[in-house]
Formats: sequence, C-alpha cells, structure tokens
Amino acid sequence: MTAFGKLFRTTVFKLSLVYLCVFAIGAGLVLGGIGWNVKELIDEQIAQTIDADIRGLSEQYSEGGIRQLVEVIQRRTRQPSASLYLVTTYAGMPVAGNVASLPQEVVGKTGLLEVSYQRSGEETPRHRALARLFVLPGGFRLLVGHDIEDRETLRDILGRALVTSLFWLVLIGTLGGIFVARRVLKRVDAISDSARAIMTGDLTKRLPLAGTGDELDRLAESVNVMLERITALMAGLKEVSDNIAHDLKTPLTRLRMDAEQALRARTSPEEQRAALEKIIEESDGLIRIFNALLMIARAEAGTQPEGMSDFDVSEIARDVGELYDALAEEHEVKLIVSTDEPIMIHGNRELVGQALANLIDNALKYGVPENAGPEARAVALEARRNGEMAELIVADRGIGIMPADRARVVDRFVRLENSRTRPGSGLGLSLAAAVAHLHGGELRLEDNAPGLRVVISLPLSHAAPVLQPATETLKAPPELRKAS
Amino acid sequence: MKVMRILVIEDDVEAANYLVKAFREEGHVADHAADGLDGYAAARDGEYDVLVVDRMLPKMDGLTLIAGLRAQKIDTPVLILSALGQVDDRVKGLRAGGDDYLPKPYAFSELLARVEVLARRKSSASGEETHYRVGDLELDRLSHKLTRSGKEIIVQPREFRLLEYLMKHAGQVVTRTMLLENVWDYHFDPQTNVIDVHISRLRAKIDKGREAPLLHTVRGAGYMIRDSVR
Repeated sequence: MTAFGKLFRTTVFKLSLVYLCVFAIGAGLVLGGIGWNVKELIDEQIAQTIDADIRGLSEQYSEGGIRQLVEVIQRRTRQPSASLYLVTTYAGMPVAGNVASLPQEVVGKTGLLEVSYQRSGEETPRHRALARLFVLPGGFRLLVGHDIEDRETLRDILGRALVTSLFWLVLIGTLGGIFVARRVLKRVDAISDSARAIMTGDLTKRLPLAGTGDELDRLAESVNVMLERITALMAGLKEVSDNIAHDLKTPLTRLRMDAEQALRARTSPEEQRAALEKIIEESDGLIRIFNALLMIARAEAGTQPEGMSDFDVSEIARDVGELYDALAEEHEVKLIVSTDEPIMIHGNRELVGQALANLIDNALKYGVPENAGPEARAVALEARRNGEMAELIVADRGIGIMPADRARVVDRFVRLENSRTRPGSGLGLSLAAAVAHLHGGELRLEDNAPGLRVVISLPLSHAAPVLQPATETLKAPPELRKAS
Repeated sequence: MKVMRILVIEDDVEAANYLVKAFREEGHVADHAADGLDGYAAARDGEYDVLVVDRMLPKMDGLTLIAGLRAQKIDTPVLILSALGQVDDRVKGLRAGGDDYLPKPYAFSELLARVEVLARRKSSASGEETHYRVGDLELDRLSHKLTRSGKEIIVQPREFRLLEYLMKHAGQVVTRTMLLENVWDYHFDPQTNVIDVHISRLRAKIDKGREAPLLHTVRGAGYMIRDSVR
C-alpha cells in the first residue's frame, strides 16, 4: 500500500472528509439563506418606492394634467441614478421619460414585474428592472421602474463568496485532515512497529507513549502493563525450567543407578526386586515434584480453578490438624490446634488444604530440633479472623529462618542449608505461597521467637458467614454421601 | 473376588495393552476399545462391570462418552483416567457422570483397587448396610459401637470412619489415597504418609495382643481388612 493510500484509508481521514461535507453544505445553506433574504428585502424596498412614486405622480397628474406630469418626470430623469419613468399615450407612443419604449412584458398587466428595458438615447444592452405599469385616468400610461442591477451585483458577490469560501474550506479541511491523519498514522505506525518488534521476540520493548494521555496513550499503556505481566510470567517460567533441569537431575541419576543395579549380572532376584521397587519409589517422587510444579504454575498463572466454593477455614484447620495429629504424635511432637468460630472464605478447599498440609509437614520435618525439650516439641496450628482476612497460622519452636532468607525460601526448589540433609523437594512453601496469591491473599514468614511462624492470609468470603457450632460434628463419610 | 468384566477405553495402545494384560493376570475379563465411538458402542452393548475411560480420546471425548451413556440410563460404574491431574479436572470428570477419577501416571495396584471397589458397589447397590462384621470384629453405624469378641473398643470419630470404610470393603485392597479421599474427603498429596500412622494407631486398638490380626498391609498397594481364619 502506498503512503497516501494508507493515509486515505485511516479512520481520521475519512472522518475529516465527512465533517468537510457537512461544513460545506452548512456554509452553502447559510450563504444561500442570506442571499435570498437580502433579495427579498431589496425587492420589497423597490416595490414600496415604485408604489410611492406612482401615487405621487398620479397626484401630480390629477393636479396639473399631463403637462405637469411630464415636467415632473423630465425634472426627475435629469438626476443621476434616477428611477425609470415612461409616460406613453394609450397607443404606446412615448411622451416623456428615460426609457426608450414600453417593454412588451408589462402590457395588460398591473402587478410589479421583472422586465428588461432599454434607456432612451442608448443602444443595447438592455437592462433588467422591476417595473409597474399604471394607467392614468386620461388613457395615458405611466411606467415606473427601478433598475435591479445592484441586486444582481450583490447576488454575484454572494455567489463568489460562496465559491471562494467553499474552496478554502475544502482546501483547509483536506489539508487539516491529512495532517491529523498523518499524526495519528505516525503514532499507530510507531505502536505497530514496536508490537512487531515484540512479536519477533524482543520482550523488553514497550509501546511508545506520546504523553498526552489520550485514547491511544491509554491503549498503549494497557498493552504495556499486559507486556509487563507476560514478561514476568515468562521469566518465572524460564526460572522454573532452569530449576527443573537442575533439580530433577539428582533423582533421575539415582533412578538410573537403580536400574543399572538391577541389570547387573550378579544381582540376585531379591536384589533385582528391591532395585525395581526403589525405581518405582523414585519415579513416584518425581511425579510428585511434577504435580507440585504444575499446581504452582497454575496457581501462579492466576487462572481460577473450578470447584471454588465458600468454606470454613476453621474446619480445614481442624481436619488437616487431625490428619497430621497421628504423625505428630509419632514424632513425639504436640500438635496444638486452636480455632474458634467459623471463618468463611471463597476458594478451593483442596488447594487451601494442601497448602496447610505442606506447612504442617514442614513444621514437623524442619521445625523440631533434635534433642529438644518437651516445650520445644510443639507445633501450633491456628485459624483466626484478622480484620477482613482469614489467617491460617502454623508456628513451631525450632531454629526459625533468618530474616535475610525469608523472601528466598518461598522460591521453588530453595532449601536452606540446615534442611538439605532431610527429605523434601523445596516446593512446599512455594505451593503454599502460590495458593495464597491465587486466592488474593499472601503468605508471610514471621519470627515466632524462637521458631518460625508461617501465616496464610486469605480474604474473607463476601457472602455472610453461615453460623454453625464450631464443635466437631460427625458426618457420613463422603463415599456414603455419594452413594446415597 | 469374583471375576469382573472390564472395558478399557484408551487410545494409547501400549498403555491399553498393559492394562488389559494386567487385568487378565488378576483373573478378570478385559476388553479394549481404542477410540471414543468404539468405546461408546461397546459400553452400550456389552455387559461390563466397570469402564475404565481415558479423559482424552479420539472421535469422542471421554467426558462426552460418559455423559452419553448416562443419558441412555446406562449406569455402569466409570473410572476416569486423566493426564490432567488438576483439582478442577476431577470436579469436571465427576460432574460428567464419572464415579472415580485417577490422574496419570498411576500405579496399577491403585487402579485395580479402585476398579474392584467400583465393581462391588455395582453388585451391592441395594442400599447401605448399617452393620459390618469381619471375623469377631463388629461395627454398628447406628449406635456408633465397635466391639471385638463382644468387648467394646473405644475409637475416635475419624478412626471409626476409617474402620467403617475398611470394613465396607472387607476383603478388598484399599489404597492410601482412597482412604484420604473417602475418610478425610481430601484429594491432595499429603507429602508424608500420614495415613500409615493412622492405620497403625487403629491397628493398635483392634489387633493388639490378638492371635489373628484382621487389618493387613498389602505390600506396594495399601491395606485390607479380612478374617484370616476364613
């Protein structure tokens, strides 16, 4: 497409053409209206003058007869730019006046007419005039008229004005349209050039802003914010894939070693079986890591899963607490669950349950120092309301996490030095944080002095909380509910 | 365990062959359909006890297939296999009319245990029992009473439900995830094997000091309650 073709196809240019037409028609109407009104006014004035003249002259005639009338007319016609007068006999022979002969058009008519005439003593050309024929009592005819050349001149002037103004209007309008369209086109081109650069992979580029805050700027700003988000997501994705590549090599290496062990010639069937079982165990671990990664990625992408509902986090705390109670007891750790009234939030019960389970699991694994006294062998689980937020808190009495490490430990695969020797993938806190973000909340790591206090803070459901007694009610197992 | 007739609707031929072979080795009758339309026709016309349906199938999607069967009033239990192991996929699958859902990759022991439970549910669909008995262990759902050899055993409410689920499926393998799903109503991965600890607690209460234990661990699969004398 040529540059001009592109220009003419812009919305702005088409719009200015439409406006141009509207203004041209408007200007034509205004000038035409003025012209018509002026003509009417002039015609009316001429008519009044002619009528007054005829009245005056017929009075002169009735006073002094034809002689006096001729005298008066001769006197008047000597003045320059006089009206037109002609007195003729009944047969049409001119008696006095400045018109050569009686125009044919007026014979037998009484009203005011537009006629063409010829001045006496002049050859052609004929002029135009408004005239009226009046028959005097003696049979003489009196023609009184007024030249309308002035009116015609005025019409010509107005017509020319109309043409000139239309010419300028069209010229300025078209040029203005082209100018504005070019400006807009330039910005749109700049934006689409940047967009194309971004499309080819340069995600650091941003759409240019003119700084005027107009609609194009607002659009570009929104697109820039969107690009920001895409960049962040892609960076996250890249980091994850880097980490996956790095952190999955270890279990894969172990897996491979187990397989080699099973294949070795002198391995007994029992050892082979053991190696194969270890392989399955290792692959289950890998699957678990992948599932956790997928879940984190999904939660971080912010796509709301189905199965969102209103539920009571106090109940979740009691349920998950009860699930881990036996395990805590085996570790000789006291799991203290404290909840009070129902706290309703809107979200995914499974994900929140998983997040809480991860925190308790972490607390049991890393939050209980070996050889600790009975008061340190405790993990507190609490659900409480804090303003507009519901908080699920897991607190231990272990060595805690240094403030400097707190931000980092939420990242995927990050494991602090003192926990490296224990089993774990380094994904538990990342998942909990991602779940909190998905629900519009946050995950906070705090000092429990001593120990670590992890808070999942989630916004309360907007729906009015359904008040229920907080006591444990015996429900039918879900399977029975499903079957009934 | 009585012989089950199982239809595997799965487009991955290798996985399907493995499943059919494994089911047959367990003494069941297993057929295979490789796409949604074939599977739909076979499920509609054949007398199957359980359908194992892959979520994504050529020609007709797994969920559409299930919804179609349900619309035809065919209520053969369906277990959905899915590579999309996310929380909302389970919801979608069960909403479409599936009875159970297993994300890929899965252990065959897990699949087998679930298929057996589904088949049993079909054959004993006539209402819930209120009283379970395994050996000399008796559980009464109405009075919430648990006795062994006539002597009452006190258990916590959750342990009662755990035992109730095990006894309902007496003689069948019940996996850890099945317990987590049906007794705790959670589908997430609890990281550490918390279920094992609950089982050993329960075992201490019902089997401790007894000559004939009822609660057995099935290696590599899960747990089973059964009368060892029989």
